Amino acid sequence: MKASTAIVNFLESEGVKTIFGYPGGAVLPIFESLSQSSINHVLVRHEQGAIHAASGYALSSDTTGVCIATSGPGATNLITGIANAYMDSIPVVIITGQVATNIIGYDSFQEADIIGASEPFTKHNYLIRDISTLGEVFKNAFHIANSGRKGPVLIDIPINIQNADFKGDYPQSVDISGYKPTIHGNPYQIKLAHKKIINSKRPLLCIGSGILLSHSRKELRAFVDATNIPVLHTLKGKGAFDESREEYVGMIGSHGHHYSNEIIKNSDLLIVIGMSISTRTRANFSIADKNVIHIDIDPAEVGKKIQTSIPIVGDAKEILNELISRDYSTDFSEWHKFIATEKNKNNNYLGKEAFIAKKLGKISNLLDEDAIIVADVGNNQISAAHNLKMNGKRRFITSGGLGTMGFSLPASIGAQMSKRDRQILVVIGDGGFQMVMNELITLFENELNVKILLIDNQSLGMVRDLQKAWYNHTFSVNFKRNPNFEKICEANYISYFDLNIEENISKFLGHPSVALGRINLVGEENE
Amino acid sequence: MNKYTLALIVNNHAGVLSKISGLFTRRGYNIDSLSVGTIEEENLSRMTIVFNGDEQSFEQVKKQFHKLIDVIKILDLSAEPAVFRELILVKVAVTTSNKRDLIDLVNIYRGKIIDLNKKSLIIELTGDQEKIDAFIDLIKTYEIKELVRTGFTGLLR
Repeated sequence: MKASTAIVNFLESEGVKTIFGYPGGAVLPIFESLSQSSINHVLVRHEQGAIHAASGYALSSDTTGVCIATSGPGATNLITGIANAYMDSIPVVIITGQVATNIIGYDSFQEADIIGASEPFTKHNYLIRDISTLGEVFKNAFHIANSGRKGPVLIDIPINIQNADFKGDYPQSVDISGYKPTIHGNPYQIKLAHKKIINSKRPLLCIGSGILLSHSRKELRAFVDATNIPVLHTLKGKGAFDESREEYVGMIGSHGHHYSNEIIKNSDLLIVIGMSISTRTRANFSIADKNVIHIDIDPAEVGKKIQTSIPIVGDAKEILNELISRDYSTDFSEWHKFIATEKNKNNNYLGKEAFIAKKLGKISNLLDEDAIIVADVGNNQISAAHNLKMNGKRRFITSGGLGTMGFSLPASIGAQMSKRDRQILVVIGDGGFQMVMNELITLFENELNVKILLIDNQSLGMVRDLQKAWYNHTFSVNFKRNPNFEKICEANYISYFDLNIEENISKFLGHPSVALGRINLVGEENE
Repeated sequence: MNKYTLALIVNNHAGVLSKISGLFTRRGYNIDSLSVGTIEEENLSRMTIVFNGDEQSFEQVKKQFHKLIDVIKILDLSAEPAVFRELILVKVAVTTSNKRDLIDLVNIYRGKIIDLNKKSLIIELTGDQEKIDAFIDLIKTYEIKELVRTGFTGLLR
């Protein structure tokens, strides 16, 4: 069988329904085979769109996202998105074409060393030189991408390999001697953790995206039901816990709730699950003197940035189930009272935040119960995180670790492709939007009913805030001229709504096809 | 700062060395020496890495290596009794007057002279760190034309 056909068969065996890509000379054999397969190919308008869409697909479907690009510039255009997927542990498999094996290393036309270039931010990568390894490489790549600490795996396939004859079968199982992630937590450590929890007076759960990536929202809920421990989350952990519950506290980090950091200071035990404790997360508090139980699938995260009293390496779902099965006759009512008081002290928005909070609050009330929110990067993202409420069924997808502007719009393509019946809301600023507005036509072309909320402050809001704070002036952060966004929409056959007009909000959200709603921040609301 | 020695059993294919050395650069770790060679099992190599750092960064180094799919096994040679060897080759300028002294020195250190011509000779010497360092210190009193060290390698006892 021709290798390119075998590759497409492998993808089908892995349950791949949709892939995102951009063709070019070095991947044409695979595209030829794709055209004859059941797999849906979404043609994006820039390779960065393909990798972000694959990431959005993976995050909303809980399966592995797949994208494909050609050699050279096609492959290098993927790099930002690969780094983004690596930082946020998103399971994606990336297929790149490569020049023929006999001309690798000759600076051939559209040749780039994507293996070397993607080395720092892939979980693993493969250059296929020997066609007999083809099946094993694909099987391993899908396994590695979507197990342990998830992440991107790249497969670079020279064009002569795609055209060659493949004689093997697709392996049924994997056995990679250098890759055996720990799934079950150490029972002794779990016993210690349980003891620590029942002896604490002011415990806090700090959860990250690990809860979502391990599909443990149900287990987290059960654990909180059993223990009554208050819950804080990171930006990426938003949506992992129902925000309407009494135990819900808020978001931590440099852009979290002000009171969260105060509450952390007063706690005596932090149970950290599935979070990397990034520099932005622990910006405003010290936990040097705290007892910390750190649960993570990646042993390298445990003890990397903070001292841990009880490290537990393993899958959050397994470990939570182990913890749930134990007895908790704890009473944290005093602690809950303290938290409620702190939250009430400092819970008001001022100035421009009040304006956007009101708009987003209204949107939050109107959104479907199971809407998927795809937030970009910057002030729009933080406003979304603060004002769009997660009831446990909603999902919140964003670029956290790398902070990639322009992630949200292409990611929404993937989100909608995996969940055709769910409402998808993109929240994006005018800076990020202008990086990726070429993908509007992809939304229209594929009849994707995404709602794009454009918060237009004619500037890079978060950078402007930083610049003002650090240098007390603004330089190159304000766009002197922005395009006419209404006409951009018109040119891409997308309906446009002016959301400064209050009644338009519900019209925008209820619009039957893809639409962009713009909040224009001017005057006092934009300072 | 402490000195740690690690042995890594890795897949023996193209690109593995760059994965390992790239990790050091990316994460800002210092390596003193790195040596690679094949082992008794086919398709595998063994790397010996001498690393400088504190205990916490050493723990991180080990964990980060574990994350590499091509790393099969990690042995901490500094934690348990082990034997270490390094091989050096030194080309030293010879004159009629210093030739005898050089030969004596090499014999005392149980080295070998593997090449000799009118202008220079090449010495081969293996040993542990102490011996190699002491020898290099002495040979410096002669005119060294070239010197190369393979880097340390070791086995647990």
